[in-house]
Amino acid sequence: MASLELGYVIEGDQDFMDQYSRGNPSIAWIRRVHWGRGLVLFLAAAYFFVPFYAAMQFCLEDINGHFSLQTLTQIAQAPGFFSALWLSTQLAIATMAIVMILMVPTMIYVHLRLPRFRRVMEVITILPIVIPPIVLIVGVDGVTPQFLKSSQYLLALIYVVLAMPYVYRSLDAGLGALDLKTLVEAARSLGSGWFSIIWRVLVPNLRSALLSASVLTLALVFGEFTIASLDGWTTIPVWIYLTPTTNPRINTLVAMMALLGTCVVLGLVVSFDRSHRHSRRS
Amino acid sequence: MSQLITDTGPSPSGVSDEVDAKKSKTGALIRTLRTGAPVLPFLAYVSLGLLLPTIAIINLAFRSNAGRVTLANMKVILCTSNSSTCLQYRVGFENSLKLALVTSIVPGILGTLLAYAIATSEHQLFKRLTAACSGVLAQFGGVNLAFMFIASFSAVGGVATHWLADVGLNPWDHGFNLYKFWGVAFVYMYFQVPLMVLIITPAFAGLKQSWREAAENLGASSWRYWRHVGLPVLAPAVLGGMFLLFGSGFSAYATAEALTTGTIAITPIQIGAILQGNVLSGEANLGYALGFAMIVILLISVIGYALLRRRTSRWLR
Amino acid sequence: MDTQSPPTATTTATAPKSGAPVVLENLTRRFGTTKALDGFTLHIEPGEFVALLGPSGCGKTTALRVLAGFERPDIGKVVVDGQDVVHIPAQKRDMGMVFQSYSLFPNMSARDNVAFGLQLRHQRGAKRRARAEELLELVGLAEHSAKYPHQLSGGQQQRVALARALAIEPRVLLLDEPLSALDAKVRAELRDQIRALQQRLMITTVFVTHDQEEALSMADRVCVMSRGRAEQIATPAELYSRPSTEFVAQFVGISSRVNVVRTGDTVALFGRDVKIRGAAPDGAESLDALLRPEDVDVVVNPTGLGIITHKSFLGATTRLEVGIGGAAVKADILSSGADVFELGTRVDLVANARDVLVSASRPAT
Repeated sequence: MASLELGYVIEGDQDFMDQYSRGNPSIAWIRRVHWGRGLVLFLAAAYFFVPFYAAMQFCLEDINGHFSLQTLTQIAQAPGFFSALWLSTQLAIATMAIVMILMVPTMIYVHLRLPRFRRVMEVITILPIVIPPIVLIVGVDGVTPQFLKSSQYLLALIYVVLAMPYVYRSLDAGLGALDLKTLVEAARSLGSGWFSIIWRVLVPNLRSALLSASVLTLALVFGEFTIASLDGWTTIPVWIYLTPTTNPRINTLVAMMALLGTCVVLGLVVSFDRSHRHSRRS
Repeated sequence: MSQLITDTGPSPSGVSDEVDAKKSKTGALIRTLRTGAPVLPFLAYVSLGLLLPTIAIINLAFRSNAGRVTLANMKVILCTSNSSTCLQYRVGFENSLKLALVTSIVPGILGTLLAYAIATSEHQLFKRLTAACSGVLAQFGGVNLAFMFIASFSAVGGVATHWLADVGLNPWDHGFNLYKFWGVAFVYMYFQVPLMVLIITPAFAGLKQSWREAAENLGASSWRYWRHVGLPVLAPAVLGGMFLLFGSGFSAYATAEALTTGTIAITPIQIGAILQGNVLSGEANLGYALGFAMIVILLISVIGYALLRRRTSRWLR
Repeated sequence: MDTQSPPTATTTATAPKSGAPVVLENLTRRFGTTKALDGFTLHIEPGEFVALLGPSGCGKTTALRVLAGFERPDIGKVVVDGQDVVHIPAQKRDMGMVFQSYSLFPNMSARDNVAFGLQLRHQRGAKRRARAEELLELVGLAEHSAKYPHQLSGGQQQRVALARALAIEPRVLLLDEPLSALDAKVRAELRDQIRALQQRLMITTVFVTHDQEEALSMADRVCVMSRGRAEQIATPAELYSRPSTEFVAQFVGISSRVNVVRTGDTVALFGRDVKIRGAAPDGAESLDALLRPEDVDVVVNPTGLGIITHKSFLGATTRLEVGIGGAAVKADILSSGADVFELGTRVDLVANARDVLVSASRPAT
């Protein structure tokens, strides 16, 4: 998942998704169809789909090579699966909660009163590229007091830092699309207190941004291996890697399900985002 | 009250002027603190979670076990003495850099070609689909990706290996090894290529139709257009993308660890080994030194990307 | 721009190539269900400056692009200097084109941009640099030759684009709304410079614009287009004073509509019988005459049928708007005699035109 951090930098940069999907007229000059194009696309498709399909076939067949959902049922009995799942879930919830409580009020305030601070926040969210998880964990291990090291929630605290870039990008885009000042002033003139404003006025309007931020955080927590394994906690990715099971297909199937889950969930975010953006434009 | 008096006439004495000045300075300070207070939790968290560990790394990289400032750690990892005990770290760096270079240059070029093939398509749905795909595939990685490739390309049980063996093209027979350097590079392409597609696609969109037509109008063939205008204009974007890919390939840990069970000699794996205690005593602070070295290299790649991005935005916006 | 220096040897050397006659014959081009060009025909003399004028969507840009080779017509011929070029790709047509904006290659300096066409034709480095400098001097940008496009203003960029198009000594010069993206003052300056340059080089030029002032002030002849067809092709003066179709009358200049009654081939206009220009529309129940502000004289008459509703001082002339018989007629008079006319003054209108364009009345909106 090393590219997770980098991906957001690009996606947040400009409205390329819209440009890209709407077919910017600047590219209209291509009139001729090159067979070379077809070849490139075919080879790319092969590289990206063959391993996926092959791995799925690997998981979904029994010893005789026939299609079977046997492996799926064996997952439930695999040792440690449910506790790993439970741990990952707990961490996901804790991370999402902390990062939202930390970022949402801060970003609302920054958008309202301290626009210049946005620059600082942007720089801060680029730092995880320079300090990747493998490096971060070295430093964290060095400064964490012992009592914290024995708690699994240390992971959640670290994950908050890893999730910050995505949450920042999502919320920044979401807040930028609102007429924040007007909304807040209207609410305040009607006598609403700050908590009410955030909870009843802003959060509902930030639904898609919050959703995409949560989903990205979820994907991050469920996919994070480096820090979890080096700190000795058995989350789902660690479980997949470390658990010896009678049937290696089990581990692989869980991994494939995680990948599929990522696909579905991110695909939803992307398409949800786009439709929202389109409707906003019209 | 005192404001009214000073506004309408000269101040009674010089002393109260000074007091007023001091009051406004502290007033300004208080105001700054008050406006800045709400972002304090965020700043505190970032300081504790990010800056503090980084400072610890920078600090401890240059300290011996006893706590004294020393360059010994750096000397070990750079292995200027070429002794066998420390050679592994220098080899680790060389391998890491080699891996990062390979997985930035090759996916960089392939990603650019793929992005071009997509960008020149006339089907909007296709473009939208591939855009979403790239976004998703760029996030693939780590354990899941490694297991997917093991399941499909491992020597004995790999499903794809069987398919290829059936047509006589078993890669393992021709020197391919999924668990060594080139196998890892092969797997890295899975997220590096989509990442490059994501990065470079806006650049293609930024190539103006009028440039192409102007070139044609002046007598340029397709090849000459690309040679004199298209490629030079794209070059900063492509190079910048490669810098970013370099960072990504350099700092990846999980994929390599899961794929090779920690046997490949690259720096992130070596850091992992140190953290897990699989090192000889006396090398405790080596982990920090390795981390520091990684930060330096990543900083260079990010700066390279930023500088090239500025050039890109000047030409392609 | 330096209009005082005499033509240099190289500019006279361009004369033989510049005056190519162009014929666009019966061009039809469809995009989906719409016809961008519908049997469009235009003959251009060598060295002539023709403007294609019309609202957006009228097909003027499509016509230009067909001429340049970026579009292929479904039907029709494009004949340049006696040669049908429809099947010749754009690269080989030997035409210079100036685009609306942002067409300079961003990775090259102004000089290199201008020299690009020469580089493609394998001219030696020193020679093509010298020629590029010469052309940049011609457009008044000699000191800016080392600058990059993003360091130049919009007007300067377009001048470089012009120099670049001229560098290859094209047979035809094509300009696709080159001034639309510039602000008014720069536009006016550049307009004069382009025209002066064209007259000096005597190069056949086709200029696309939606701005009638540009077209009328620059061109030898203007082709007014609408819906893929040529409405009228005439000199600016003729286009203005004698529009042959309603579209041209409404699009070019100001016109007023007055309901008139027809007798044979004349209509009764303010008590005078005026000849109908061209053909009157058949079967129209009610007819309107289309008048230019100069076609009408205004006379004070306390018992007159008209009443002044507006008065605008335009400098040498003053424009009066007269309400008469349910119509609003604009009339221009000399400002020196405008004092007698105030809002509410009763007046008579006298038609002084030789003939008048007539069209079917539109239903009252």
